[in-house]
Amino acid sequence: MAATATIVTAETAPAPAKARRGIPLLRSGKALTGVVIFGIFILLAVIGPWIAPDDPSQTGGPVLQSPSGAHLLGTTQSGQDVLSQVLTGARTSMLVGVVAATLATALAVLIGVTAGYVGGWTDDILSMLTNIFLVIPALPLTIVLTGYLEGGGWFPIAVVISVTGWAFGARLQRAQTLSLRNRDYIKAARAVGERPWRIVTVELVPNLGAIIISGFLFTFIFAILTEASLSFLGLGSMTTWSWGTTLYWAQNSSAFTTGAWWWYVPPGLCIALVGASLSLINFGADELMNPRLAPVAKRNRKARRAQRRQAAAAGAAGKEATP
Amino acid sequence: MTQVRFLFRRIAFYAVTAWAAITMNFLIPRLMPGSPENTVLSRFQGQVSQEQIDAVKAQLGVSDAGILSQYGTYWKDLLSGDLGLSVSYFPGEVSEVIGQGVWWTVVLIGVATAISFVLGTLLGVLAAWKRGSRLDALLPLTTFLSAVPYFWIALVALSVFGVELGLFPLTGGYRPELEVGWSGEFISSALSHSVLPALTIIVSSIAGWLLGMRNMMLTTISEDYVLVAEAKGLRTRRVMLGYAARNALLPNISGFAMSLGFIVSGSIVTETVFSYPGIGFLLYNAVLNNDYPLMQGIFLIITLMVLFANFVVDLCYVVLDPRIRQEA
Repeated sequence: MAATATIVTAETAPAPAKARRGIPLLRSGKALTGVVIFGIFILLAVIGPWIAPDDPSQTGGPVLQSPSGAHLLGTTQSGQDVLSQVLTGARTSMLVGVVAATLATALAVLIGVTAGYVGGWTDDILSMLTNIFLVIPALPLTIVLTGYLEGGGWFPIAVVISVTGWAFGARLQRAQTLSLRNRDYIKAARAVGERPWRIVTVELVPNLGAIIISGFLFTFIFAILTEASLSFLGLGSMTTWSWGTTLYWAQNSSAFTTGAWWWYVPPGLCIALVGASLSLINFGADELMNPRLAPVAKRNRKARRAQRRQAAAAGAAGKEATP
Repeated sequence: MTQVRFLFRRIAFYAVTAWAAITMNFLIPRLMPGSPENTVLSRFQGQVSQEQIDAVKAQLGVSDAGILSQYGTYWKDLLSGDLGLSVSYFPGEVSEVIGQGVWWTVVLIGVATAISFVLGTLLGVLAAWKRGSRLDALLPLTTFLSAVPYFWIALVALSVFGVELGLFPLTGGYRPELEVGWSGEFISSALSHSVLPALTIIVSSIAGWLLGMRNMMLTTISEDYVLVAEAKGLRTRRVMLGYAARNALLPNISGFAMSLGFIVSGSIVTETVFSYPGIGFLLYNAVLNNDYPLMQGIFLIITLMVLFANFVVDLCYVVLDPRIRQEA
């Protein structure tokens, strides 16, 4: 019994502190590293195409040159500047990630929250739908769907990715909604006759925030990897440059058998860094929510700090209560 | 009883999912924009009978018949094992083409996933048990590996071990001059061809098992029964494996469904990097050649195989989780 009691307080106590003191997530070294790396790539996505030294498609430069002052990341088999391709590709890759993750998250919240809140046969059907999409392997489905799309740029691809990638988030949202549904404040809102729509949008969804963001980050990784795979297979949008497109050409010109590492290493590293940065942010969030996962050495320090904070918060609360 | 009910519910779920996937497969060519039948028929020009043209049209949803009767015909063909004619392997049947590739994929993914699961889980157990030791260095490494696309690891493995060091063959599933069969020469050639693809799948997928197991272990380690087991003076190994790890394993196994989808997806791209003769490489060629019948047949087979694998995992779950075995 004592154990459950401490868990409950541990779960509920940090919430007010969180609201008062900025973003606790950034106190975790992992999460901070993740946020910084991710921020750099967001910046690259915005300014990349502008700061690219050359037109990424422009041929005619020296062929298959290793990195040098003139071409910082070397050149491709047709004399294109690899750095320009990576910088220009950043925008498409990140854009597909953002758009697909946004659409998929919206879909996930809609389906997951509805299933969890409404319950009954609505829940049965929506959960079934979610589980079906979870089990069906996403990439073959995405490949078949894009196979029927004829051209059309990156946007239809982002839409297809969101259609195949929403289920994971929906399951998270549903589980969390189920656990929130019977909390006192929701019951109170229902008791005073709030409309279901208002309860969901004002009381429920804001409290799903952390889960929604975590789902968004996972979907973002999924989307970037899927887009890269599709482009790498030559099934993506061939009219725009993305990291996957560069890898496709590198593979097609056997860059890896001729030892042209500067051609295929940078775009792959970019994909990996974006993915790793998002995983780091998610780890940080996990450790914040489940202190058992936090690194040992820091844990004691953190625990002490948390105790102090709790004491301070209790003191503050006491003060607020007196007048 | 609960055990039977659990299995019954899972079977019902897989039946519905299989139906959904089969129906989706029927609807996709009918709902997507564009007119694939023109692409297909222009390739068939002058080689096929009117009957075969009608069959292709019917499969791609160009038919005068109502949608329900089309759906009926689709099921009838499917149940008799008829997936239509392949365009790129004309006049081969889709089911034959898939039949040639499917075993390569099943063996490759099956063995690689089994190795990755066992190794990843064991490393996860150790990483949690010896937290704070040098094993913690595994974490950033696996974080990075889990975010790298499979095909990129494949490319790097290919250029390092295949090209630079010349340890393994670069493409294909066996030496082309060999006859497919049970000869020692063929098997050793197939094995050496499968090392790099399998290594790629293991390296890319191990992170998920490792991290999942570590995080669950950290939770079970701080449970009271582990403390009691240690206090009783049981051997460390027994506490670690029999008490902490055994209970941490269940959630890791139930995460199998989703992971398998990811692994299969990654393996498809890996196969194309190595031109490995499995169905992933076939799918890639099917899309390049606008071979819609083959594309859909492969999607269907992959999905059904993943469903079957998940069902097998559910069976293991029944054995491992006493809560399902005991009567409620």
